[in-house]
Amino acid sequence: MSDQPLLQVTNLSKVFDLTQNPWLTSLTGGKRIHLPAVDGVTFEIPKGKTFGLVGESGSGKSTVARMCVGLLQPSSGAIKFAGTPVTAPGGGRGIGRGRLQMIFQDPFASVNPRWRVVDIIREAMRTKNLSARDQIARVGALLEQVGLTAADGEKFPHEFSGGQRQRISIARALASEPEFLVCDEPTSALDVSVQAQILNLMKELQTELGLTYLFISHDLAVVSHVSDVVGVMYLGRLVEIAPKDKLFENPQHPYTRMLLEAIPRLDLKDRHQEAVVGEVANPLDRPKGCHYHPRCPFANDRCKAEDPSLKASGDTAVACHGVDEARLPTWSDPSLEPA
Amino acid sequence: MTEQGALLTVKNLRVEIPTRRELLVPVDDVSFEIAPGEILGVVGESGAGKSLTGSAVIGLLEPPGRIAGGEIYLRDRRIDNLPYRDMRKIRGAEIGMIFQDPLTSLNPVYTIGRQLVETLQTHQDLNQKAAQARAIDLLREVGIPAAAERINQYPHQFSGGMRQRVVIALALANNPKLIIADEPTTALDVSVQAQIIKLLKRLAGEHGAAVMLVSHDMGVIAETCDRVAVMYAGRIVEVGDVHNVVERPNHPYTQGLMAAIPRLGAHDEKLAHIKGSMPRPNAIPTGCAFHPRCPHAFALCHVDRPELMDGAGSSAACWLLAQEKEKANV
Amino acid sequence: MSDQSLPRVSMGRRLREAVVRSLRSDLLYSFLRQPVIVLAFLITLTFVLAATLAHWVAPHNPFDPSTLNLMDAFYPPAWVEGGNESFLLGTDNQGRDILSTIIYGSRISLIVGFAAVVFSIVLGVLVGLLSGFVGGWLDAVLMRVADIQLTIPGLLIALLVDGIARTVLPPGAREEIAIYVVIFAIGISAWPQYARVARSGAMSEKVKDYVASARIIGTPSWIILLRHVLPNILGPVLVLGTIGLALAITSEATLSFLGVGVPPTTPSLGTLIRIGNDFLFSGEWWITLFPSAALVILVLAVNLLGDWLRDALNPKLR
Repeated sequence: MSDQPLLQVTNLSKVFDLTQNPWLTSLTGGKRIHLPAVDGVTFEIPKGKTFGLVGESGSGKSTVARMCVGLLQPSSGAIKFAGTPVTAPGGGRGIGRGRLQMIFQDPFASVNPRWRVVDIIREAMRTKNLSARDQIARVGALLEQVGLTAADGEKFPHEFSGGQRQRISIARALASEPEFLVCDEPTSALDVSVQAQILNLMKELQTELGLTYLFISHDLAVVSHVSDVVGVMYLGRLVEIAPKDKLFENPQHPYTRMLLEAIPRLDLKDRHQEAVVGEVANPLDRPKGCHYHPRCPFANDRCKAEDPSLKASGDTAVACHGVDEARLPTWSDPSLEPA
Repeated sequence: MTEQGALLTVKNLRVEIPTRRELLVPVDDVSFEIAPGEILGVVGESGAGKSLTGSAVIGLLEPPGRIAGGEIYLRDRRIDNLPYRDMRKIRGAEIGMIFQDPLTSLNPVYTIGRQLVETLQTHQDLNQKAAQARAIDLLREVGIPAAAERINQYPHQFSGGMRQRVVIALALANNPKLIIADEPTTALDVSVQAQIIKLLKRLAGEHGAAVMLVSHDMGVIAETCDRVAVMYAGRIVEVGDVHNVVERPNHPYTQGLMAAIPRLGAHDEKLAHIKGSMPRPNAIPTGCAFHPRCPHAFALCHVDRPELMDGAGSSAACWLLAQEKEKANV
Repeated sequence: MSDQSLPRVSMGRRLREAVVRSLRSDLLYSFLRQPVIVLAFLITLTFVLAATLAHWVAPHNPFDPSTLNLMDAFYPPAWVEGGNESFLLGTDNQGRDILSTIIYGSRISLIVGFAAVVFSIVLGVLVGLLSGFVGGWLDAVLMRVADIQLTIPGLLIALLVDGIARTVLPPGAREEIAIYVVIFAIGISAWPQYARVARSGAMSEKVKDYVASARIIGTPSWIILLRHVLPNILGPVLVLGTIGLALAITSEATLSFLGVGVPPTTPSLGTLIRIGNDFLFSGEWWITLFPSAALVILVLAVNLLGDWLRDALNPKLR
């Protein structure tokens, strides 16, 4: 067994062309509108671990997820799964022959409402050469594994609740015996108690089946529960990567700090909140230099001009001039402040 | 009669939705009050009936849903049985509403200035100039920079957080005594959410308005509200001071809910969860609606529906509290 | 392999389940609550049954020359003075029983109308699916073709097709293929609207996560199109189809009335109206009135059904 990380993402970028009429614009010499959704993202995920990718709207995390499974083609950069590059699904075999799978956010749109559950899950078994009888038997086993019953296979999706539909999605994802699961906000649309059930299930499955997860979310608390390593994205760039505990105890990047301070917390009594400044900038009109500088209390001239690059030290990495120049104050957890 | 000094009093509210198959009762015997200047959170998972309660108060229940029982008082005035015209005058003037999605709450074809002026002139006697000036003041109050210029812009020219601020400005335009906010921060990014929460708290305090904040996000409620009512299957199962309910909940459902919320920096392997799921409005169990999922249920719970009873720090609708009282009296 | 394998569900049981599901459905409920719609349905059903069972239901066979007797010509309807009981609605200039001609005529009208609609749906949905799903230049080209066609009135297209057919085909063959030509002409004039609906459906379905999931699994695109997307867009298409049926019947009647539709040997309601028109001013009003009334009632009934279906399936109106 090699200790090569299971997923390697190097300098990944994706630019969307949003011009309305591409040919007309070229003819009239107009400007094309480009949306750099993902800009030079690099990270690795070792086998059996969970990498949490966190960010607000416009951060590009969903785009990264889709590129990892081959749904979108990168504009530049490379994604390698177990050493081989991830390409678009083709030849009817699916990504890496079913070794990569994805779980989606919306439990209502992620399963075909006109198909029975058994067929939905069987479709994912294309890569295995099983007889119909064996396929159906396996569907039953998978349903049991995710907490439903084999008889549920005969039903249609609308007969299930959101949480149950998400279990069906998970069963479908497991049908091809994958090694790697990309989870795109799998619990964001679910109620709190259902979310807890699904998160527990995912953790159990990870231990049982030795799965590796890329877990996308905007919810830091959820990410802190499931991940081993967390990456924070802002406007298409990775600004910080750190093991979970280090990130939450000692966040380095000003954006990460701001996020941690902004989350409404249950355990704080009437805390005095620092004014959170501004909103995520318009992705089409990104600030020059460090994207975060308009909102950053520590921005200097260098920040306004130069893009910071992700610099690693040990098992953490930060893209911040302030950190580089060691001029940021130490951060203190607001929950430790006196009431 | 109303509680002394309460701005909004809801008594035994019952909302019914007749469908062709059955009669659904998504809100069943709900009572609470809100004092002026107080923020009451109404929290619950989807299907608990919290949004319908808000809609019922403001008189915007979608047919065939209807108020089938109970009374709603704004100060001393009963408002649940008012004719449409009278309710319309109250809405916008005395009650302001903030909805979840700022994208659809604002009319995309009118400038925000026009929408503000319209609501101002509908409920107050102001000429165009005065209304315009007041509108600019409102925008400044909610923190929109360059208000005098931006007043002539259209909703799509604002970002999500800015739009929600405009919606808040609209809700506050006529100095309402009561504001009902239905998931005002759910569609917003975390960083913007924090700003909006702060704004709501400040404005409610300054205007002395009572606020009913409906949300499924316990964190938002914990940071914003003074008191909180927890709803389950159309009933209020616990109500009390927000810190008490969050830290020492009395009702098993609230306890389960709090335990299921992932916390930053916690190290548990498994999140506690409540087995099963909330019953649909057409399949509510007899007795206490929570008993099939409750780890402490006993015989009485299957039979009789508990009323809200006083416990340590909050009131909960749970027979366990009655049991404890008996033990204490013995 | 697990012990708790899924029970193999038989076709019979699935069929029974489907029937039970539809009996309890909201659709049936809304249907039964509107007497006008029930009436419209019954009328349509009557027409269809009568047309299918024409041989047994019609009192006479009006298109078998051997049974005709010129002496029977111009009988007024049975309840009018001078009428004959065996010819309930009277006879035409050749002694054909009007009631029977209506039954046989409806048959042609329905067959042509139905076939034309099926043709336009199949063509339109195929084009629309491809256009919406593949997008890009294919979408642009196909939709421009549809747009161009939409600028020309359907009737003109039908006339054009018919005219071409007449000149191209040898005279003997013309009679036999005439009915196919008419079906083709009406069908080809109506496909763009189905294509539009199918296209917008395909465009909204293709961005849904279940399609993305199928792609990740490795399902080939054409299977995704036919087995995933198609079932989800059929609803609005079928609704359009019922209203389209009424239009197709009317179009066919128009063409036949103008003399460029089905051949006189297999007349449809339109042909009958045309024949009757010649006698309108000489006093034999029944020859044109009854076929016209039959056409109006049939088209109205189908139209009402289509309207109801559209409203009943619209979740926003419920």
